Amino acid sequence: MIKDNTKIKGVNITIAYGNNVLMHNLNFEIKKNDIFIIMGGSGCGKSSLMRIMTGLKEPTKGKIFINNTDFYATTEENRKLIMQNCGILYQSGALFSSMTLAENIALPLQQYTDYSDNMIKDLVALKLALVGLKGYEDFYPSEISGGMKKRAGLARALALDPEILYFDEPSAGLDPVSSKLLDDLIIDINQNLGTTIVVITHELSSIFAIGNNSIFLDVDIKGISAQGNPYQLLKNPPNQNVLKFLTGGKK
Amino acid sequence: MGLHYTKNKQQLIITLDGVIKRYDDQRQIKTLLDIAQQINEIKFSTTSHLFWDSSLAAVLYKILTIAQKNNSIIQWDGLPKNLAQFLKLSIEIDRKPERTSQKKFNFLENLGNKGLLIYSTLKNTIFFIKQIIFSLGRYFSGKAVMRKIDLEFALEDSGYKAVGIISLVSFMVGLILAFVGAIQLKTFGAQIYIASLVTIGMIRIMGAIMTGIIMAGRTGASYAATIGTMQVNEEIDALKTFGFEVSDFLILPRFLSLVVSMPFLTILSDIMGIIGGAFVGIIMLDISIAQYWQYSIDAFGLTNFLVGLFHSFIYGIIIACCGCYYGINCGRNADSVGLATTKAVVSSIVIMIVATGFLTLIFQVIGL
Repeated sequence: MIKDNTKIKGVNITIAYGNNVLMHNLNFEIKKNDIFIIMGGSGCGKSSLMRIMTGLKEPTKGKIFINNTDFYATTEENRKLIMQNCGILYQSGALFSSMTLAENIALPLQQYTDYSDNMIKDLVALKLALVGLKGYEDFYPSEISGGMKKRAGLARALALDPEILYFDEPSAGLDPVSSKLLDDLIIDINQNLGTTIVVITHELSSIFAIGNNSIFLDVDIKGISAQGNPYQLLKNPPNQNVLKFLTGGKK
Repeated sequence: MGLHYTKNKQQLIITLDGVIKRYDDQRQIKTLLDIAQQINEIKFSTTSHLFWDSSLAAVLYKILTIAQKNNSIIQWDGLPKNLAQFLKLSIEIDRKPERTSQKKFNFLENLGNKGLLIYSTLKNTIFFIKQIIFSLGRYFSGKAVMRKIDLEFALEDSGYKAVGIISLVSFMVGLILAFVGAIQLKTFGAQIYIASLVTIGMIRIMGAIMTGIIMAGRTGASYAATIGTMQVNEEIDALKTFGFEVSDFLILPRFLSLVVSMPFLTILSDIMGIIGGAFVGIIMLDISIAQYWQYSIDAFGLTNFLVGLFHSFIYGIIIACCGCYYGINCGRNADSVGLATTKAVVSSIVIMIVATGFLTLIFQVIGL
């Protein structure tokens, strides 16, 4: 059993593709209301770790607990229920191109709730307004910019009021202003909805702006070489790799 | 417990209490929205610890949007801090989309648009054919930038990997031809002519047509999907910015491989069709192998065989052009790839059939 305010816990997780071991013995804990950053250089296994947490890839070894449940040991049905409480924003937004923004957001609501059509319409309007896309209901993903696609993807991820939100490289491909807007939105969602947020990123500005807890995946040791608040890690870096990463290679 | 309201002259007071989740009382919502149109001040009161979800927020958002539009006063104090922040966030950022509603066209404008569409399609097609001709020119003069491995891969894909399906379908077509012929010929006791029927049918046209249809569905579709996906992933843009001729790099290997492999696949189809016919003749109609062989050889004419091969060569050009054309002109989303693939297969088959009509007429006129 794990502590009640722990939302996600990784125990001795090993990530490997065939004989190629990316990371081994990863142990970490994500608390309720955390904005938890998974950071590390390119190819260190950040996205693979997120795929493990979101049920897309079983860890080669180890366990992942979400809301006290051993995610890969539980039944398929339970896993689906857990995933209904999770929202994911993919790098590209991953909106369904044949559907309008409204249809994209309405899809999980129609599938998993018994709301009336009017309420679904109202919820879609609210979620789009929340991410600054009021009035874009009838637009197709191909008609909006990359930053807007990400925000629309976030609106869809928020559709079912998830307890946990995953972000895969939220700032990738965005201009600084859009990136800042998205960072602010992540903080607002965390503070106002109490959502636990897990972010994969190597954007330093985002790491320091939003993160209150983090792990650093180190390719050299194939494991976690630092854990804690990003500012604290910058102040007292446990090793040279972390210092180099958090200062953008300046030190 | 729940959501309650009172209307006090020009003021709406909304009281929130306890757990308000999955709220969907459409009658109450409608009344609240009607009231929101009539008042000039909204107040909130939360009497105990409130548990809410987006359904409550969605209703309040709708009411507050009306209030904001009517310049009503909104007293936020009564709302829990997180809910108030959440609603403010939704209301404050208000960037209206710039797209204007689509204009409806009248009959003449629609006709004009159709004409323009046909004109641009024709222009694109002519440009595409010109590109292929120039690419072939560069290839034969040794100037084309085409990787040898791409040609080998395309040859493998459109050549021996198609052998299985072509063999099976052609065998079955020969078998069906023989069956259908047998029903009529048997009534005259002329079942021996099944060998001639199947041989002439397969080598003159059926072998080429069947190979063409299979290759359009198999290889033409694959060309459109592969090149279309490259368009979506901006790989074609990358080729262009590197200064590569897209037609040399992407179209040429596919075009050459299909044009080369189609006649060989047609020969295979002819042979398998004749074997299919023989299967029916020998096993079911009691014709001896020697007899069947003799009648087949007698019916086999070099002219018929070459006409069949010429058809297959033309079909190869049509399938490669359609597959590559729709791939290159694919849109930039997942839907477009599906559409491009469908269009490639349908157009290949339609153009093949139309071309067959013309070719048959021409061969009739010149006496072949």
